[in-house]
Amino acid sequence: MMSAEKILSQFAATGVQTCFHDRHITPQIYAGLNGSNWSLKDYEARGGYQALRKILGKDGSAPNPETGVAGMTQDQVIATVKESSLRGRGGAGFPTGLKWSFMPRQFPGQKYLVCNSDEGEPGTCKDRDILMYNPHIVIEGMAIAAYAMGITVGYNYIHGEIFQVYERFEAALEEARAAGLLGNNILGSSFSFQLHAHHGFGAYICGEETALLESLEGKKGQPRFKPPFPASFGLYGKPTTINNTETFAAVPWIIRNGGQAYLECGKPNNGGTKIFSISGDVERPGNYEIPMGTPFAKLLELAGGVRGGRQLKAVIPGGSSAPVLPANIIMECTMDYDSIAKAGSMLGSGAVIVMDETRCMVKSLQRLSYFYMHESCGQCTPCREGTGWLSRVVDRIETGHGRPEDMDLLDNVAENIQGRTICALGDAAAMPVRAMIKHFRHEFEHHVAHKTCMVPAYV
Amino acid sequence: MISESIKARFAKEVAKYPAEQKQSAVMACLSIVQQELGHVSADSEAEIATYLGMPAMAVHEVTTFYNMYNQQPVGKYKLNVCTNLPCQLRDGARALKHLEHKLGIAMGETTADGLFTLQQSECLGACADSPVMLVNDRTMCSFMSNDKLDQLIDGLKSAETK
Repeated sequence: MMSAEKILSQFAATGVQTCFHDRHITPQIYAGLNGSNWSLKDYEARGGYQALRKILGKDGSAPNPETGVAGMTQDQVIATVKESSLRGRGGAGFPTGLKWSFMPRQFPGQKYLVCNSDEGEPGTCKDRDILMYNPHIVIEGMAIAAYAMGITVGYNYIHGEIFQVYERFEAALEEARAAGLLGNNILGSSFSFQLHAHHGFGAYICGEETALLESLEGKKGQPRFKPPFPASFGLYGKPTTINNTETFAAVPWIIRNGGQAYLECGKPNNGGTKIFSISGDVERPGNYEIPMGTPFAKLLELAGGVRGGRQLKAVIPGGSSAPVLPANIIMECTMDYDSIAKAGSMLGSGAVIVMDETRCMVKSLQRLSYFYMHESCGQCTPCREGTGWLSRVVDRIETGHGRPEDMDLLDNVAENIQGRTICALGDAAAMPVRAMIKHFRHEFEHHVAHKTCMVPAYV
Repeated sequence: MISESIKARFAKEVAKYPAEQKQSAVMACLSIVQQELGHVSADSEAEIATYLGMPAMAVHEVTTFYNMYNQQPVGKYKLNVCTNLPCQLRDGARALKHLEHKLGIAMGETTADGLFTLQQSECLGACADSPVMLVNDRTMCSFMSNDKLDQLIDGLKSAETK
């Protein structure tokens, strides 16, 4: 008879479908992974920690002839990241090098570095695979960032629902500490950096950076008003820089190969590769690491195309908060911040939710609106009350109790949430509603008039 | 009562934070208590509050804010099925319905034998693996077709009756 643990272990994700496939294009973060090569020695065999050695002058290269000092200065590291055009992979797309330059390096007190691995944007599961199968790349990226900004303590805040990933990251931290890659006087240099893992426990809002900081301080995860920004008032009121997991994971490659080389992997203003999590109606859902600027059509092809040979109807290109785009628009886009923004949506976290011709947009929005109502932290009235209104009105349209004026009502409620809340959750709840009505108003009207879906019933 | 072995686990968490910021360990301490005792009682909250030097109400705020803390006792196996949109598009809702039928309970309920509690959950962060289900907060089960759900439930049941 099998134990409960053994029974459950049969259903664990293996990464084969989502990460270890040959359908990435010039991968950097996912390159060479197989599920059993996550440990320190394997990472080093892939060139891991060479970037950290390089900046600390421990890679055996000759000292800089001008300065006589080996390694890279803080300014050189930040300049390299700026040159790479790396932009934040968590959703906002803010230039990473610029963010790092905001940190007041000369601040005399404690400063903090935080990794946002609270990956809860519906559709997104890329950071999970990075942390599970290549955890040291994040540790190395964080150590480099800490060096560049003169920070000595860091935390990685990991989504509570992926507890096994948290345990894997803790194991990787132990390895790095034992090898002198974390802790005091790293690799015999004067640079010290302590890094710890912290887990969430089920709150979408904690993906918002100031809510995450509150949560890290042991409180309810309610966002803070900005300004002050975390760079001046962050964790425990100290200067803090927060980046997404994938952002940190991109850094070692940039340091090893140079900012220009990274930029050339992508397209101007959109450097490097990006991991897209594809879910929904495709043959092969999973994570795909491809150069920025790859056509959406190519990404869809990598994922095996629309499931069952059906027609593409719509795509939510950047996580559930991103405005939906109809097939004809998304098929003309390339996958990068600027192209998707120009089309009226956002690249967000890179979560691509694909919907085929059989999907009812009202039903899809019903589930999303329920989610935002459930996850609103309750701090701001427009969001707390407004998300409830959105959810209830979409629900009544879906269940055949809609009124002809409901679409205008939804638009009005959404407009009164957007821009009137402390954090972006209100916007995130409002944008999908407005985009759904903008592009698929006829489906909502059909629901109201006929009390049923335009498309065949599903699920 | 929170045992000494649990407190040893608390100490490991507290050590991650500055000495004057012990409160940062509250989420980890609550999850440890939940793992060991099944749920977070008011008594446990009070003990954690004393341990971390924070008001009991501040602990209770955390317990009630985050979705995964059990404020009431649950079945031996708490099953959380994701039904958010990416999962809804790939049989997440069907998996939940299948379990309701198989276990003879509705979402949110616990079976009469106290073995299973079934809950709907928001995004578990495993969207490409849908249908996905989290068991007892710590074990993710991926690609849970109806057949696999049956295997899992039957397997856990037989592991209990031996």
